[in-house]
Amino acid sequence: MINRNKFHLMLSAPLVLLLALPAHAALRVFACEPEWGSLAQELGGKLVEVSVATSALQDPHQIQAKPSLIARARNADLVVCTGAELEIGWLPVLLQQSGNAKIQPGQPGNFAAADVVRKLDVPMQLDRSQGDVHAAGNPHVQTDPRNIAQVAVALGVRLQQVDPTHAAEYAKAQADFAQRWQQAMNQWTTQAAPLRGASVVSQHKAFVYLYDWLGLKEVAVLEPKPGVEPSASHLQSVLSALKATPACMVLYGAYQDSRPSDWLSKNAGIAAVKLPFTVGGTDGAKDLFGLFDDTVARLLAAGVKQ
Amino acid sequence: MSLILSGLYARTSRDPSKYAVTGFQLPASAEAGPGTRGFSLAESELGFAASIDPWLRGAANIALHPDDSVSVEEAYVQTTSLGSGLALKAGRFFSAVGYLNSQHAHTWDFVDNPLAYQAMLGTQYGDDGVQLTWLAPTDQFIEIGLELGRGRSFPGGDNSRNGAGMMALAAHAGGDIGDSHSWRAGLSVLNAMADDQELLGLNASGSSVTNAFSGRTRVWIADAIWKWAPNGNATRTSFKLQGEYLRSSRTGSLVYDVGNTDRAGAYRAEQSGWYVQGIYQFMPLWRVGLRAERLDAGSPDYGLNAGLLAASNYSPRKSSLMVDFNPSEFSRVRLQIARDNARQGGPDSQLFLQYQMSLGAHGAHSY
Repeated sequence: MINRNKFHLMLSAPLVLLLALPAHAALRVFACEPEWGSLAQELGGKLVEVSVATSALQDPHQIQAKPSLIARARNADLVVCTGAELEIGWLPVLLQQSGNAKIQPGQPGNFAAADVVRKLDVPMQLDRSQGDVHAAGNPHVQTDPRNIAQVAVALGVRLQQVDPTHAAEYAKAQADFAQRWQQAMNQWTTQAAPLRGASVVSQHKAFVYLYDWLGLKEVAVLEPKPGVEPSASHLQSVLSALKATPACMVLYGAYQDSRPSDWLSKNAGIAAVKLPFTVGGTDGAKDLFGLFDDTVARLLAAGVKQ
Repeated sequence: MSLILSGLYARTSRDPSKYAVTGFQLPASAEAGPGTRGFSLAESELGFAASIDPWLRGAANIALHPDDSVSVEEAYVQTTSLGSGLALKAGRFFSAVGYLNSQHAHTWDFVDNPLAYQAMLGTQYGDDGVQLTWLAPTDQFIEIGLELGRGRSFPGGDNSRNGAGMMALAAHAGGDIGDSHSWRAGLSVLNAMADDQELLGLNASGSSVTNAFSGRTRVWIADAIWKWAPNGNATRTSFKLQGEYLRSSRTGSLVYDVGNTDRAGAYRAEQSGWYVQGIYQFMPLWRVGLRAERLDAGSPDYGLNAGLLAASNYSPRKSSLMVDFNPSEFSRVRLQIARDNARQGGPDSQLFLQYQMSLGAHGAHSY
């Protein structure tokens, strides 16, 4: 059925081009990752039409500049991405091929979330022998809700800038979101208090901001270097290191292969915890609030077993 | 700024210096065939790309060849701010016809380009000129590109004329089917002019002769690619199937045996070829690929020179199998074996071992 629709779409596309396209009422937002799509939806409501380039089951480092994304970038009024080189392998190609002047770097239509938060893991030395490290620091900023709050403020301002006729509505939505978010954060922080100081292992260095927020201690990483697949020998060395510095759980993102974490879980006798990592990563992470509800719940469930 | 380092070991059962694609006359400078035997530095490439100002970006690729020569593969400026889906490129660039033509050698899935590209587009068609592309304002990806150039390389003849020696038109459409599949398909046509283009051919008795072609070449290319990755996550497993069909018609005149016989006659040749390849990533870091290809040399009409040139019903064909290992996004080691029947007179068994590494700026690759 989808095939048939696509086929009809292909046939009818040239006709559509001939007819003048109706002016789009909504501001078209192209979000690179689901968390920014959700945030734009929270702040824009009915004023925006959000299209998300990737899903929670995809590795945001490794996306291809596929035709559907180029077509969507071409029609976007605002691109909301993480930045900090997370999308360096595909976003520059999308922007170049989009032929869309509004979303080029430096334009108001190009928003990078990582630009407005304090970044962790900024490398002292930039060399690929260290793996796929990002000069600007660790790009996975969305795992700390305090960062989301900061990005929300900046994105609210940016929405007002690119769509000034609705500035008052964006400002109101932003203030409303800020209040709800603050309440939720207070709740999460209280709930997660028992986790403070807990030692954890991560599969990829994807959660440094989460650890910074909740006071978790990362004692080992399963990837020998960022972006390098965990090898059997490295897993063994992590296992023996855990004898000296025990950890209570190993964490991996929904888009990752769970096998290295499962292996460690079995051999070290600690819980393997799948975290949503972004909106849509688990059934509970339906929106930004659900993302942290579920993340905290999963951490607590694993911590309680300990 | 980035640097691609690449090296190659090649083993062939037939002499690569006498490589030819039977039935296809190519210039002496054509980069057809496996190159040299033994160890060699494969093409290393120095790339620069940056914004020039808020309205333009520029990019250059300098190729360093194993014989110590240097060539400018691409050097162009491109607009970023025309809007309405339009982009204008000027300078030297690979034509956007077909699928593989605009891809740099280090992104190929095999050591070499398909025979159809070697025989009909001089391996990869690059030119000096301008390109205008337009992306339709639809959710369906539709891109149309128009190129004008001097016709610098085969099948063009680098002729001196005020007008354009090359004109190309490319149209591509693409999209997704569900989360796991994406595709792109297109149709392109390239027109190139040549004056006294020296071609190596065989005469009726089988010896090599140099002929000179003047006239027009039109190459039609139909291309399609389909990619699959579970939920769109290609980290663990993925598959890609691609194929292209090329049809070349050359019309004009041919001077037979330049410098000796020098006999001019009309010339008309209709030739075609295709390849199909599949690449399967069966586990993280490891990929395996298979490519099948075949050419049809047609029966060229030599006019007054009929009977002087070799005629053959031979259909060149080739099968290749490759395995590559990618320790990181920036490095790759590849083993390729091929049974190459491009030349009449028995298969050439080829084995290649290749490394490709990239240093410097993290490249962003197109689909």
